[in-house]
Amino acid sequence: MPAKKQTSKSSKQNASQTPLLEAIDVCKSFGDFTANQDVCFKINSGEIRALLGENGAGKSTFVKIIYGLLQPDRGVLRWNGQPLSIRGPQQARDLGIGMVFQHFSLFDALTVAENIQLAMPPGESIADLSERIARISKEYGIGVDPEARVHNLSVGQQQRVEIIRCLLLDPKLLIMDEPTSVLTPQETEQLFTVLRRFAQNGMAVLFISHKLDEIRALTTAATVLRRGQVVGTVDTAGKTSRELAEMMIGVKVKDVARQTAPARAKLLFSVTGLNRPRESAFSVALRDVSIEAFAGEVFGIAGIAGNGQDELMEALIGEWRPGGRNIIHLDGADLSQEGPSGRRIAGIGFVPEERNGHAAVPSMSLSDNALLTGHALNGTVRAGILNLGGIRDRAAAIAEAFDVRLPGVNPLASSLSGGNLQKFVVGREIIKTPRVLIVSQPTWGVDVGAAVFIRKAMLDLAKQGSAVVVISQDLEEIFAISHKVAVLHDGILSPAIPAKDLTAEKVGLLMGGSGHGDGATA
Amino acid sequence: MISMTPRKDIPLIRTIATPAVAILLTLIIGASIFAILGFSPTGALYEFFVAPVSRLDQIGDLFVKACPLIITATGLVFCYRANVWNIGAEGQLIFGAIFSGWVALNFPDLPMMVMMPAMILASIAGGIFWALIPALLKVRFNTNEILVSLMLTYVATLFIDWLVRGPWRDPMSFGFPLTKMYSDAALIHRVDLFGAGMLGQLHWGVVGALILALIGAFVLSRTILGFQVKVMGDAPRAGRFAGFNPGLVTIGVMALAGGAAGLAGMVEVSASMGQLQPNVSFGYGFTAIIVAFLARLNPIGVIFAGLVVALAELGGDNAQMVLGMPKVVTGVFKGVLLFMLLAGETFNRYHITWHGRRASQPEP
Repeated sequence: MPAKKQTSKSSKQNASQTPLLEAIDVCKSFGDFTANQDVCFKINSGEIRALLGENGAGKSTFVKIIYGLLQPDRGVLRWNGQPLSIRGPQQARDLGIGMVFQHFSLFDALTVAENIQLAMPPGESIADLSERIARISKEYGIGVDPEARVHNLSVGQQQRVEIIRCLLLDPKLLIMDEPTSVLTPQETEQLFTVLRRFAQNGMAVLFISHKLDEIRALTTAATVLRRGQVVGTVDTAGKTSRELAEMMIGVKVKDVARQTAPARAKLLFSVTGLNRPRESAFSVALRDVSIEAFAGEVFGIAGIAGNGQDELMEALIGEWRPGGRNIIHLDGADLSQEGPSGRRIAGIGFVPEERNGHAAVPSMSLSDNALLTGHALNGTVRAGILNLGGIRDRAAAIAEAFDVRLPGVNPLASSLSGGNLQKFVVGREIIKTPRVLIVSQPTWGVDVGAAVFIRKAMLDLAKQGSAVVVISQDLEEIFAISHKVAVLHDGILSPAIPAKDLTAEKVGLLMGGSGHGDGATA
Repeated sequence: MISMTPRKDIPLIRTIATPAVAILLTLIIGASIFAILGFSPTGALYEFFVAPVSRLDQIGDLFVKACPLIITATGLVFCYRANVWNIGAEGQLIFGAIFSGWVALNFPDLPMMVMMPAMILASIAGGIFWALIPALLKVRFNTNEILVSLMLTYVATLFIDWLVRGPWRDPMSFGFPLTKMYSDAALIHRVDLFGAGMLGQLHWGVVGALILALIGAFVLSRTILGFQVKVMGDAPRAGRFAGFNPGLVTIGVMALAGGAAGLAGMVEVSASMGQLQPNVSFGYGFTAIIVAFLARLNPIGVIFAGLVVALAELGGDNAQMVLGMPKVVTGVFKGVLLFMLLAGETFNRYHITWHGRRASQPEP
């Protein structure tokens, strides 16, 4: 069903081999927004190709078109040279396209084999399937126990389950959407080894990421998307990370150098001996956590996800409160028993990890979302009645100051891309110039441009004399912005290390637990 | 397989056109049903929709019929917006009638200026009392408010039945299960704008109901209370992050809905009955649930939805009386109407897609 005949731009580059998948002039719009414009792309068997771009650059849209989740408005897809349209994920899987999503779709209570069985054509027994899983995991060196229950697996192991689920369908093209965002450095290295093995066996791997070092380590060629258009396909080996980043965001990246601690400053925010019991099978107990954040400093908390970050963040926000007093102090005032509003009035700003449904209400407008953390402060609510104009102005001011690109006037939060919404929820706090800013995963799933912007905004806030506490899994980020770093492992926070004494090895070992072991198991 | 995805932008014209199309479809289906059963379709539709509102006084009566629905549904809107599923407005309404009845029956000599406020406050207190039971149980013990509030409705129904047959029965009622008549100060009077009876039974409670719905709309859209309710309903975790107390919001919306339902009970008795009887409500508390959803959980919409449902009720009564149409047929027709309106609303808000094949892998 080719809409029109194409003059093949591909033939000159690679005449000898028919690309496994080729996309020609693919366009896709959502209303006025053009997500993909004339995207041309091809990938050969046995190739690992990176798809690089900011959030909102159109990577996800393009991949969803390949996987049949979206239909292109125009353009042609060719599979082994044959034009075709992919009507749905089932057809994509039948063709031999597998995809591992950024967010897994596994049932926690079921075993690995049961989860995989759900995705397979019916008729195969669990025993046969378990055997096949074991064989495949041995063949590629992907250690997964078919009998294990998913809730007992680390995120990295869950990802392996997703990969095996794709492998069982014998894919010719495997799409990996931001696979390393949830992995430790060691897990990432293991994943790369596996992916390289796939390529050697003739499988094509499409690797979506915005982590430039990883792209350079894993791939030889990257297709860069910017604002829905292909900027170019480049040889990653010949480019530095900085050059790639510049292609991606179209402006010079201002790197953030390692921070040096300011001269001895005033202790602004402290947590002393915070304990929190384990509340469910899936939660982590916090044990004797202490934090000292000084004015002008960024206090980084590194650690692999699921080591108590969520529990700590809830305790810092005040959504959960400890039993005793004299645990959480802001400039001498005891905030242990204050709720989120009381702590905000005292001068703390919070940005939780999850944008949708925690930091922001997706179904509400931006001004409503500005009110979410601003209702206890001046100028928004008078005698219980909302000052709608003032709130709208505030939201507009945040968007203006933090370069939040809006699709309309006071749009719904759900209509913003991840990076833009994150800039909004971070900006919403920074614009108040809080004395202390507590942020969890400030740049998770956010494009490079937005990440640089957010990190700079946090550093600028620290320069003004505030204290910033950053909980992050992204070591690069922690290293770039922190003056001191502590590591959270299994609910225990290590002593803080000054940034100048930091090495990746030291932190990596602490992340793996108590300074020995390889740190690969969570 | 069918999947429903929320539509991003819904043009205003569609929002207006949808109920019109729904009503048109109802008329077509209704006419077919009537024709099959041997009634004249045009005649039946006339008796349903036109005859009940063909005179000014009948329009007044329509508002009277809608009055308890509007008051109760306005309160329920707050519950449902906050994702608190109060199904027991019927019981809360009855308790409002009981509490206000206690004031009216025990202090019959109070002047109106004291009697009315006292009865209003008592009715609100009664409704809140009955609504707080499921609310507190939910907050404290995480019980299911749907079950508890629904079951308490049966308790309330039996309790008022016992009161009017037992301790509160008027000795002069010749054995009928009725209390004494309220004194004149405890009755809500008609609005005699254009002369006696020109507006039918239209009473001051109707005026109060309309004002209440407007106040409800203001509170929901323009106050921090309404904001809390909406945030808690849409994203409870974001609500806790904002510093709102989920338990307090649950208790608050239940109290609001209970108080409103209680008030509706008082208005209904003082305006239309003048005494307590076993049936002070004719399912208003349940019908109000439909009204609230028909109004898309919007207090202004509640006024219109209340009038539509009231018209269906009056039309059904009228068709039974004039055409001798069986009650079940009028019930079916009312059902078709509500079904069409709610389905139209669903189609308006969601995009429905059909998939030819079963998707075997869950997509995120």
